[in-house]
Amino acid sequence: MWILLKIELFKIFKRPRTYIAFGAIAAVVLLFQMGMKFDGKTYLDLILNNVNDSFEVSDDFKSKLLNGYFICFAILNVLLIQMPLMVALIAGDAIAGEANMGTLRLSLTKPVSRTEYMLVKFIASMIYTILLLIWLAILALFGSMLIFGTNSLVIFRSEVIEQMNSYDVLWRYLAAFSFATVALTTVAALSFLLSVFAENAIGPIIATMSIVIVLTILSEFNIPIYDQTVKPYLFTTHMVAWKGFFYVQADADNKTIDGTIQNLPAILRSLGILVIYIAGFVGTAIWVFRKKDILT
Amino acid sequence: MKRILLLVLTSTFSLFLKAQSAAELLKKVQAKLDKVNDYEAKGKMLTNVIFIKAPVANVKVFYKKPNKLRINNESGISFIPKGSVNINLNNLFINTTGYDIIDMGKEAKTNFRIIKLLPKDDNGEVVLSTIYIDELQALIKKSKTTTRENGTYELEMSYGMYAEYGLADKVIFTFNTKEYKLPKGITFDYDDGTKKDQAAENLKNKKGKVEIRYSGYIINKGVPDAVFNK
Repeated sequence: MWILLKIELFKIFKRPRTYIAFGAIAAVVLLFQMGMKFDGKTYLDLILNNVNDSFEVSDDFKSKLLNGYFICFAILNVLLIQMPLMVALIAGDAIAGEANMGTLRLSLTKPVSRTEYMLVKFIASMIYTILLLIWLAILALFGSMLIFGTNSLVIFRSEVIEQMNSYDVLWRYLAAFSFATVALTTVAALSFLLSVFAENAIGPIIATMSIVIVLTILSEFNIPIYDQTVKPYLFTTHMVAWKGFFYVQADADNKTIDGTIQNLPAILRSLGILVIYIAGFVGTAIWVFRKKDILT
Repeated sequence: MKRILLLVLTSTFSLFLKAQSAAELLKKVQAKLDKVNDYEAKGKMLTNVIFIKAPVANVKVFYKKPNKLRINNESGISFIPKGSVNINLNNLFINTTGYDIIDMGKEAKTNFRIIKLLPKDDNGEVVLSTIYIDELQALIKKSKTTTRENGTYELEMSYGMYAEYGLADKVIFTFNTKEYKLPKGITFDYDDGTKKDQAAENLKNKKGKVEIRYSGYIINKGVPDAVFNK
């Protein structure tokens, strides 16, 4: 299995298009960091518009606010919505790409079970997802820390402002990136499943993106009828649970407690739901593939 | 007729005496505060605003006469309320000559002397200041300042080691906050199911509190102007 995995990884990283995602992430992160370095205070003005009637918003305050941790959170807020496309590029190609090139039947002539073959393909997609997130962490977190320095992290939510000490932030990012790995693996699993039904990689990639976009919009809808009926069951609702690591527990006086998370059981529940989705998508993909007539 | 004239004169005289003693008390309070030209104080700041969840901050407070005040968070970021300059009590007496002093007598519960300062200038930012003074110690224990644009500020002071300078060990600053709300389409919040304690309506126009517990003052050793220009 290990040799199979090495072959799969070799195939993935031999293709130039694999690096498109790494390049795109680097471009988005660097452009965002550059914009923030030169005009971050204007960006902050938009967010602080709500509080500057009640609080002093000096240039010194804004400079402190624009630290590496804040920049990284802003990048993740934007990029983790777009990243499913990058993950789908590889996972959607896993089976459909082989079918398109006519190598699928040839691959299966080797003494490897179909289940093993599928698992290796999926694990390879997962490793690609992890590497993509490590790359994102290096650029968005450590790069921003280097450029902007560190300070307290302030998160502007819809109705609450969360503030945490700088020494209480790094472990939250570690947890958030780990969670994001599971979230993006869910998308990879969906794309992987769709890949089984197609003979061309474009189809599963576009289908995955369409599903993610529609479900994300549905998750963000503020229509009460969907709140309890549909939203809790959509994987896109739970994909943003990484943010929960930045929601801090506070006492009755709104004083935050270091090292705490506002609702850890909710995050774990979201994690569980995503894992069930992954198992469901991958299990179905394997089941379908085992029964499939391989003609190409 | 003579009786009525006598009654009017007596009551006018007694009112004059009362007003004068309020002015004298204010002078005594002001004399204490005047001993301080500048200070640098270390302390811990607790922010209690309905829409802000913040840790306790280690702050340094710098003051320089007549009305320069700055609160610096030494190890992070703090939301400093507008009007926090008013935690410097000297601010109440700037342009004292421009105020009418109204003696409101004593507060029944605490026995603090209540004095109202009404600015003569109709266009000034401050509309009315009410101060509660401990007559024995000549210390301001509470104050309430109503401003034209920024609502009402309230101060509550506890004194200890630095009472002779009129400097508090603990100050609670209460101020008006306005509604805070960002569109969910921008924040993409995660709904972790935590029940909101307050309905959205309650977020509007609530009072916020900032409490500073001072651990020590360095008085009259000079504070560079650059500190206030950041």
